[in-house]
This record gives sequence, C-alpha cells and structure tokens, in this order.
Amino acid sequence: MNDTRPMIEVRGARKFFGPLEVLKGIDFSVARGQIVAVIGPSGSGKSTLLRSINHLETLDGGEVWLDGVQVNQKLDRRSFERHINGVRQQMGMVFQHFNLFPHLSVAENITIAPIKLKGMAKAEARALALKMLDKVGLADKIDAFPARLSGGQKQRVAIARALAMQPKVMLFDEATSALDPELVDEVNLVMKQLASEHMTMVIVTHEMRFAAEVADRVIFMADGAVVEEGSPAELFRNPKQERTRSFLKKFLNG
Amino acid sequence: MDIALIGRIVPVFVQAAWTTVELSLLSLALGLAVAALVAMLRLSHVAALRFAGAAYVSVFRGTPALIQIFLLYFGGPQVGIQLDPFAAGAIALGLNIAAYMAESIRGGVLSVDRGQMEAARSLGFGEGQSMRWIVLPQAAKLMIRPLGVNAVALVKGTALVATISVVELTYTAQRFIGSTYKPFEIFAVTAVLYMIMVYGLTLLVDRLDRAYAGEA
Ligand SMILES: Nc1ncnc2c1ncn2[C@@H]1O[C@H](COP(=O)(O)OP(=O)(O)O)[C@@H](O)[C@H]1O
Ligand SMILES: [Mg+2]
Repeated sequence: MNDTRPMIEVRGARKFFGPLEVLKGIDFSVARGQIVAVIGPSGSGKSTLLRSINHLETLDGGEVWLDGVQVNQKLDRRSFERHINGVRQQMGMVFQHFNLFPHLSVAENITIAPIKLKGMAKAEARALALKMLDKVGLADKIDAFPARLSGGQKQRVAIARALAMQPKVMLFDEATSALDPELVDEVNLVMKQLASEHMTMVIVTHEMRFAAEVADRVIFMADGAVVEEGSPAELFRNPKQERTRSFLKKFLNG
Repeated sequence: MDIALIGRIVPVFVQAAWTTVELSLLSLALGLAVAALVAMLRLSHVAALRFAGAAYVSVFRGTPALIQIFLLYFGGPQVGIQLDPFAAGAIALGLNIAAYMAESIRGGVLSVDRGQMEAARSLGFGEGQSMRWIVLPQAAKLMIRPLGVNAVALVKGTALVATISVVELTYTAQRFIGSTYKPFEIFAVTAVLYMIMVYGLTLLVDRLDRAYAGEA
C-alpha cells in the first residue's frame, strides 16, 4: 500500500451540547486498512466523536477528512447536502441498536440504498444482498423481516446493509452492547473477518478483550479528550497515564 | 312510536345522509391535503415555517368550528368570498379538521424512532429521501388510528353546517319537525343514520390498520 495519506483524519474536533463541552479538541488519524478501537468511560464523547466523522453530529470546531476530502467543509446548504450524501455513501455506520428498517425485508434493507442511490438494477442488487448476507452468514434470511431476527442476526444484517454500499471505512458504535452475551461472538466474528480483509474501521467498544484482539491502535478517551493512545499491547499492558490505569483496573475488576 | 312516519321519512333521510357522506368526503380530502402541508410546516427546520404551522393549529383548534363556518359563509362575502352553503361548509369543515389531522400526522412522524432517520442518512440518503422511503412508511401505520378518530369527529361535525342551510341529514331532520311534531322519531332515525356512517368508517379504519400492520 503506497498511498500513505490517512483514510480518516480528525483535527482539533470540538463539540458543545449547550454549555457542555463534549469534545475538547480531538486529533487522530486512521491509516488505510487500519483498525482503531476507541475506549473510555460512558459519557466521555466516544459516540459523539464517531458520529462527527460522518456528520451525524456537526462539529463546532475542527476538521474531519475522509480520504483527502474534507467532510465538514463550508458550503451553502444545497451544495453541502449533496456533498455530505456523497461522503456518507463512502462510510458505513453500525449503530448500537441496529436501526434496521422494520417495514422492509432483509433483502430490501440491504438493497434500498444501492438501488435508490446508485441506480443499481433490482436483480443485481439482490445478488449483491445475497453476497453480503453470505459474508455475515445469513443468506437464508434474505426474505425475512427484521422482527423475526435475533439481536445478533439484526446486527449482522445491519453490517451487510452498510457493506452493500462498498464503503471505504466502517464505523461501529458499540455494535454489541445491546446484545445478549451469547450473541456477541457472532457479531465480533464478522468484524474480525472484515479486519482480515483490511477494511478501515473505527470501533467504539467497551469490550477490552475484543479491542485488544482486533485493533491495530487503541485510543483511550475521557471527558472529551484523548488521554492516551497506542498499540493494544502498550495501552493495555503498560498504560502510561494514571487515568487509563484506573479505567482499565475498574474494568478488569468490574 | 309512529312506525308509519318512520317508514315514510327513511328514504328522504337516507338521501340526506348521502349528502352528509359527500360533504364528509370532500372535507376529508381537503382536510388531509391541508393537514399534510401544515404537518410539514410543523416539522420544518425553518423557525418561521414552524411558527406558521403552529399558528394554524392554534387558531383552528382554539376557536369553535361553528364560528369558523359562520365566518366563512356569512363573513366571506364582505371580503369578496362568495360561496354557496355546501361549498362554504365543506371548506370550513376541511380547514378545521386539518388542524387536528396535522397533529395526528406529526405525531406519527415523531413516533418513528430517531435512529431510523439516522440510519438512512448514514447510508447517504438525503433528508427528503429518508422521509419518503424510511420514515413516512412507518409513520403512516401509526397515523391510521388517530386519523380515523379525526375522520369520525368530522362526520359528526358535519351536523354543524345545518346552521347555514346545507341540506344534509341534520338540516333535513329539523325541517321535518315543523310538519310532523314528532321530534323523537325524527331524531332517532337521524341518530341511527349517523351511527351507521360512523360504524362504516370505523370498520374501514380497522381494516386499513390491519392491512398496514403487517410485519413489525
Ligand atoms: N444530543 C445530545 N444532547 C445533549 N447532550 C448530549 C447529546 N448526545 C450526547 N450528549 C452528552 O455528551 C456527552 C458524551 O456523550 P457520548 O458521546 O454519547 O459519550 P459515550 O459514547 O462515550 O458514552 C455525555 O455527557 C452525553 O450526555
Ligand atoms: Mg456511546
């Protein structure tokens, strides 16, 4: 890989919710094919940071870049709409609560974006859906409705839906925290498989073991700031900051 | 109980009830169209449009429907709006029910989980596209019952236009009092005819609701 330009770059990201400063100037970048895990206590701003990357949250300061294109660039309303819709097509997002479309079948959940946004033919889109479902091990559910699926199956369909747009990066916001413990592994397995295919990923998670296994780099956030980052080995075995140590200790004991 | 009288008036009253049905359908169509517009205003990002929508709802829900009918029919000519009773009645009833229906529509849209819009946006759908393909189909199911309640209120509310001499069911009933002096029979028949219309409407709403309930 000779393209050394980062796939995702966040510079000086700041975000307020009213008087509350939720992101206090965050810098980080993700290289092509890299997997970054973001950990930290609840309320530290992990979701807000992830959602800022695809502009589901609007930053009050700082810049977000995707593959050399500024995501939050200043444009007039109409041009920005067009710009951001294009950018989002290149970023897959997976939510804690799946957010599958309940009125659509599994196939339609996956094909609606390629059909409506990319003008893909129906038959081609269905073949694509089948391929994506195969990837997540759910080809037999292609005509089921979301209500008939388990939580783990729903999340795998949500991943397939995002993958069908052939995104450059995948963003995961606590993809397994709404799942019953016995369903966590099937979703983690899919994410690991994506990792082995060199998908660029940002994974917000509270599962330290999974972060250690899958991530190239771990970012520890607290109170809207990056406290420490490093390889999983560095960060988990030999954390430099007291704040990181106490967080990890609480986690291991709790 | 004057059974013979009932036998005599029923055909005439059924005819009058048909006018009530026509009036209801026209007001319903107008009401739904205006309601969709007002709901859009209420849900707009633009504060001025939101305010306009809220003002519409406040005005039409905050004043008696009867006064709205009088204002249009009796007050209209003074400002150059000349309407026959039927048209004035249909328009006033439609504009009135629109305020209630707008709230039903808005309620349906707001009841759809926020995550649905976010998931659609994250795939690259624009706001309008997300509304049309993801949010509205789900909101529609949630609106059927509240809109059904509004429609029932509308059918019963058509009785008000008797006051501006629209020859519908209630007006016809009143006209028969003078010649027969049998208000019990007359209003009983009238009530039964309203009940039949409302019951029919309720059945229709039930069927729609079940048809759209479908999966999930
Ligand atoms: N839409 C919002 N409005 C107001 N406050 C919010 C909103 N979203 C998040 N917050 C607040 O921002 C802080 C960071 O939240 P979040 O990014 O969800 O943290 P995390 O994902 O790390 O748990 C929290 O204090 C949370 O209450
Ligand atoms: Mg979170």
